[in-house]
Amino acid sequence: MDPSRLPAFLLRRGIKAAIVILAIIVSNFFLIHAAPGDPASVMAGQSGAADERYLAQLRTQFGLDKPLLEQLWIYVRGMLALDLGYSHRQQMGVAALIWQRLPPTLLLTGVAFALAISGGVTLGALAARRVGTWADSVITVIALTFYATPIFWVGLMLVLLFSVVLGWLPSFGMNSVGADLHGIAAVLDVGRHLILPALTLGLFYVAVYARLTRATMLEVADQDFVKTARAKGVPEGRILRRHVLRNALLPVITLAGIQAGQLIGGSILVETVFAWPGIGRLAFEALLARDYPVLLGVFFCTSAMVVIFNLFTDLLYAMVDPRVEVQG
Amino acid sequence: MTEFWIRFARNRGAVVGLVILVLVAAMAVLAPVLFPRSPWDMAGAPFMPPGEMGMLLGSDSLGRDVAAGIAHGARISLMVGAVSTVASLGIGVSLGAIAGYAGGWVDDALMRFTEFFQTIPSFILAVLLVAIFSPSITSIVGAIAIVSWPPVARVVRAEFLSLRGREFVQAAECLGKSRLAIIIGDILPNALSPIVVLASLMVASAILLESALSFLGLGDPNLMTWGFLIGSGRSVIRLAWWMSVFPGVAIFLTVLALNLVGEGLSDALNPRLARGRA
Repeated sequence: MDPSRLPAFLLRRGIKAAIVILAIIVSNFFLIHAAPGDPASVMAGQSGAADERYLAQLRTQFGLDKPLLEQLWIYVRGMLALDLGYSHRQQMGVAALIWQRLPPTLLLTGVAFALAISGGVTLGALAARRVGTWADSVITVIALTFYATPIFWVGLMLVLLFSVVLGWLPSFGMNSVGADLHGIAAVLDVGRHLILPALTLGLFYVAVYARLTRATMLEVADQDFVKTARAKGVPEGRILRRHVLRNALLPVITLAGIQAGQLIGGSILVETVFAWPGIGRLAFEALLARDYPVLLGVFFCTSAMVVIFNLFTDLLYAMVDPRVEVQG
Repeated sequence: MTEFWIRFARNRGAVVGLVILVLVAAMAVLAPVLFPRSPWDMAGAPFMPPGEMGMLLGSDSLGRDVAAGIAHGARISLMVGAVSTVASLGIGVSLGAIAGYAGGWVDDALMRFTEFFQTIPSFILAVLLVAIFSPSITSIVGAIAIVSWPPVARVVRAEFLSLRGREFVQAAECLGKSRLAIIIGDILPNALSPIVVLASLMVASAILLESALSFLGLGDPNLMTWGFLIGSGRSVIRLAWWMSVFPGVAIFLTVLALNLVGEGLSDALNPRLARGRA
């Protein structure tokens, strides 16, 4: 893409992202009001709902006796100032709670994502190269299997195998309890705890990306420029790497961007299975306590993360592929 | 119709899938006959391994028969899968048809709306919806429908866009048919095959979604489900592996079968595509 058009492109995408974030805030607002019962008791969560003085305070704070539009304005203004509400149960602001739990989730989803992309593209490329052979069938069967398996069940089965039966890896948490490790030993300890959750979260997407890579590689392999390369006498391995794979990667990047949200959603289940102390685990705890402000905050933050991530993939896409028309 | 079956049967995986699916459906229908007692009742001592005390798949922490839970859970899983798919087809087909037929700014607005639903983390939205409206079979089906319609809307819109300029649509317009009659009577029947294929895959993902919600404790408290069984086995996995293994196998087989059937349907309904792939 012409570098001089980059700022305009960024501006357009930025505006679009801002509209999406605004829409999420508005839907949160309407969810609170659509819930059965008093909006104040939703915002208080189950533990705060019994406290009449707290409810009264929430009613004045959010102007719940004012017209709906004015309430919406108060709510949106608060959210834009990153005031995500207060968890009566945890006696802490929701934004602070989420901020505190963010790093473990970023670590988990980041590692799982890297695993999924590298594993998926490798397997997909292998399957496409050996299309129709037993290796292709095996990879297709593996992909179908992970497609059909509930992610939390994969996690439990990995725990059963690697923690209960073999005793190789820890099955819960992020650090060894009471070990008090420092420096490199502490990093390795976190790494050992990370293996099973990251594998669980990543395996499903390995299957997704493998299928997609295989399909697009076969599609690209049919195109004229590949025939041209072959006619020129370019070696087969080089054709696959430089002509087919490179072009087949673009749809994979697009899908990866779209599925960022799914990955974060899956981390609720994985963090629940492995007691990984991230946002997903926070959401599960909030769920058990019906702590709605935290749940709404998690929904808002994860959505915002996805929007920002999509912005990055768009940008990456435009820089990688000069053909991309930077419109809309 | 026979031609359809021949093409379907050519895909061996699809036939296997159909057989599994029929078996699961039979299990669901026959559950009250096979296990006449409520799956919530105690059937023996707790934590019995598979095969003990006449319980094929063992018992759980309260002495309930795991096999009975799986059989009764099949009813809920299949029902939730089917009903929520019908509901999300309803949303997706209507929005997609309107967008594709109307075009212009209506199309633009509806597609932005669809994109929005595809951007936000759908599982977290489903969790939020069920939690706020309190877990019940209605809120679960509703939540699944609300998060799964966007692919339908996209597919239907694309079909409508390509069909709406065809002669038979123009002819119908000239005859003075109403828009609704054209959409339902003329275009929709021609757009059915991709919808059917998509629907079978949606039932599969709805079953996965329902099991995930139940696993998190968001299932209908009155209904025995596969996800609930796995969730209750989670904390005692060191003691009773069978509690979480077998319900998971049931989900896996059912979802796999639906995916295989979906591929078979796609082969049978789009013969040109299938030949290209082979």
